[in-house]
Amino acid sequence: MSPASFTVEVVVENKPLARDPEGETIHHNLIMKGGYAQVTNVRAGKLLRMNVEARSPEDAKQLVRKLCDDLRIYNPASHICQVRVLS
Amino acid sequence: MVKVAIVQFPGSNCDLDALEILQKTIKVPTDLVWHKDLKQDHYDAYVLPGGFSYGDYLRAGAIAATSPSLETVREATDNGKPVLGICNGFQILVEAGILPGAVLRNAGLRFVCKWTRLRIESIKTPFTRIAKMGQTLRIPIAHNEGRYFLDNDQLAELEKNEQVVLRYVDENSTPTADSNPNGSLDNIAAICNIDGNVMGLMPHPERASLPILSPENHPEGRIIFDSMIKTLEGEG
Repeated sequence: MSPASFTVEVVVENKPLARDPEGETIHHNLIMKGGYAQVTNVRAGKLLRMNVEARSPEDAKQLVRKLCDDLRIYNPASHICQVRVLS
Repeated sequence: MVKVAIVQFPGSNCDLDALEILQKTIKVPTDLVWHKDLKQDHYDAYVLPGGFSYGDYLRAGAIAATSPSLETVREATDNGKPVLGICNGFQILVEAGILPGAVLRNAGLRFVCKWTRLRIESIKTPFTRIAKMGQTLRIPIAHNEGRYFLDNDQLAELEKNEQVVLRYVDENSTPTADSNPNGSLDNIAAICNIDGNVMGLMPHPERASLPILSPENHPEGRIIFDSMIKTLEGEG
């Protein structure tokens, strides 16, 4: 199987215990104030979108997960990091 | 003769202030060392100065933490030498895993530049050895990411090991919510490693080390540098 290109997204956000003042501000001062009371919580984070050459979506995901851990793309003391393959 | 290195990263901007205090005021031989040139542990102490290394991209301090110079700093740490991280220097030490925890964006989502009052919580470090427990110091802060964070169980460890060195307090020397400028956990302004030879702090002692720059001409930040040098010279 020859390598194909996959789009992989990395989402970094604060751990639930670490307050997220940006998410709180967006929630209270924009969404709630704008009348969208159905929205009960907002967490802000950082998104990295990478194009990755790999043999399968699983390989692409595994590679990105490894680089996130190895290069400290997130700080494990304060962040959770999700990796997902888009295509 | 004691010799200190101030490690410069692209984006450091408090390096010359630290040099002014160490070299011209305290008169201790001090070199400014470009991070790529710091290949061996030849110095007696290291200062990682404030600034915005690598534009604070990804996270403040995260990219500088991967500089090979941090391996030399880690070696110095293991050799028991004093390592002082000020502001961005603190962020770099945390990102390099030399100090525990994380330094997050200020709770108020604004850059905060103001004088703070700090209470000495530990005198086991070379940076506070000549201070008195409970003594307060007025030292300014200037940062956007200064909210110290740690998991609850790790915080208990930090407290148990006497690794909290400075706390933000009010004029009654009490750590209150109002005296906490950035939402730091338990008003923590400075921590050290278990051995106490590495300290990171968000306030800028180099900006409170000359009478003309300090409230009522009391340069209370100098105690951090004086303490470090006296410890190195064996008087601490």
